[in-house]
Amino acid sequence: MTPEVETLLNALTLFVIAILVGFAVISKVPATLHTPLMSGANSIHGIVLVGAMLIAAEANDLPSQILSLLAVAFASMNVVGGYVVTDRMLQMFRKKPVAPKADEAAVETAA
Amino acid sequence: MTTLGIVEVLVRLAWLTGASAFVIGLMRMNSPATARNGNLVSAGGMTLAIGATAVLILAQQLDGDGISATAWAIILVGVAIGGGAGLYTARTVKMTAMPQLVSLFNAMGGGAAALIAIDDYLGLHAAPSLQINVATVLDIVIGSITFTGSLIASGKLMGLSITPSRPVQIPGGRIVTAALALIVVVGALFLWAGNLSVPVMAVILLAALIFGVTMTLPIGGADMPVVISLLNSFTGTAVAMAGFVLDNPVLIIAGALVGASGAILTNLMATAMNRSVLNIMIGGFGGGEGTQAAVAGAGGSVREIGVDDVAIQLAYAQHVIIVPGYGLAVAQAQHAVRELAELLEARGVDVKYAIHPVAGRMPGHMNVLLAEANVPYPQLKEMDDINPEFERADVALVIGANDVTNPAARHPGSPVSGMPILDVDHAKSIVVIKRSMGRGYAGIDNELYTDPKTGMLFADAKDGLAALTAAVKAL
Repeated sequence: MTPEVETLLNALTLFVIAILVGFAVISKVPATLHTPLMSGANSIHGIVLVGAMLIAAEANDLPSQILSLLAVAFASMNVVGGYVVTDRMLQMFRKKPVAPKADEAAVETAA
Repeated sequence: MTTLGIVEVLVRLAWLTGASAFVIGLMRMNSPATARNGNLVSAGGMTLAIGATAVLILAQQLDGDGISATAWAIILVGVAIGGGAGLYTARTVKMTAMPQLVSLFNAMGGGAAALIAIDDYLGLHAAPSLQINVATVLDIVIGSITFTGSLIASGKLMGLSITPSRPVQIPGGRIVTAALALIVVVGALFLWAGNLSVPVMAVILLAALIFGVTMTLPIGGADMPVVISLLNSFTGTAVAMAGFVLDNPVLIIAGALVGASGAILTNLMATAMNRSVLNIMIGGFGGGEGTQAAVAGAGGSVREIGVDDVAIQLAYAQHVIIVPGYGLAVAQAQHAVRELAELLEARGVDVKYAIHPVAGRMPGHMNVLLAEANVPYPQLKEMDDINPEFERADVALVIGANDVTNPAARHPGSPVSGMPILDVDHAKSIVVIKRSMGRGYAGIDNELYTDPKTGMLFADAKDGLAALTAAVKAL
């Protein structure tokens, strides 16, 4: 097996296992959390910033520098914005200790 | 082992930790109680992975790897601009505008993935090995489609005039889209045959960018959640492909993880609407909110009801179930509905919310909107929990929901047949707040509206609710 084929097989192994992990993890999320989940998954693909930084490090001509600057900026927006907006959504699912009691009281009154 | 070698090992371990944090973070998003913590775990993993990458670049520079100060300038300026823009928009956006922002961030991710492959390709002097070649072309194609497609989707949700939320028919649209797809496929095969050609790659890039536009424009606004979710999955796949191009494990793992999650979510959303993803992408019967134009008196006779009558019904009911839908989200009426509900509760009425899985613009969108308006979480009931309760409900108040309440779904022969619905018609009395007799995106009449138990209150969701609140107060 040439080193090149081995590299490919290693990468392919990671790829396939990660897909299966993704299926297993996500299928358990309740529907109410799907929007935050989508946003959370959206921030995770901001990991592309790592790739953008790596190409920026090796950018030695102008076209490359422009492309990598754009890539870094795009990816940073994806990462930072993604996590912040997801956090804002999830903040709203905080348990509100007072309100549920009011709800129960209302039920009792009604019954 | 050299110092650089040790740093490389540590960086690889940091990436592995980051990837694990993504998986654990997603697992913790299973439950509302741990979801926020899950997102923080994921963000921590991200910070670690990015920090480690900076360390790696620094170590390579110190090792004399020819990394210039310009490289650092690019990274710092890029992070400052992109991160600043992301932080600002994410913190200032209204929660109702959140789906389009997610779509915009998604476009950025797809664009970045495509740029990585483009940059890599421009630096080649000979055709790369087949696997790199395949990954490069796929990264550019998928990333570009995602980039323009997500921008259009975002624009449609914002209601920009160049990207109206109604389906836009491009003359000969399907032929154009098919031709673009053909160009991409032929170009890809040419490159995969071992040719190195920047012009051919440029043609593929351009075709993919336009394909993203022509693919998304004809789809109605109501279908955008499914489209955004699909594009989210695409971006994950593009990022994984970028991982193959750069031989970077963390990009492959995270990308594949998102690719899988997006695919599952897309399918769940489409299934809940009793539609196939293919059906939506091809255009199907999706009319979106564009069909809300008045189609007065569509089939059967409809009973119109006044605000004061509805107020009396609600105020003297014991059990009221509120059914929020797309119209509530569009009118941003979540605060208005909470006000009315609180007023009713103060009078001793039991108020619950029935949340259909696909109500609103995305699954869970109603929960987010109502939570923003401080509606207590326990009052929000999912479809399976609330359906048996409709029989006991004195009034079911439907606000801007349509297809998800259509009893036609129970019998065959209708486009919505088989779609799980809320059993609103089982309630003793039904009030529907709706702007007009327009149809939902399924483009069919709703049998609920012609039910003798149903009264129609024609109003914008926000105005109608405000009027109801005032009327209940006056009682």
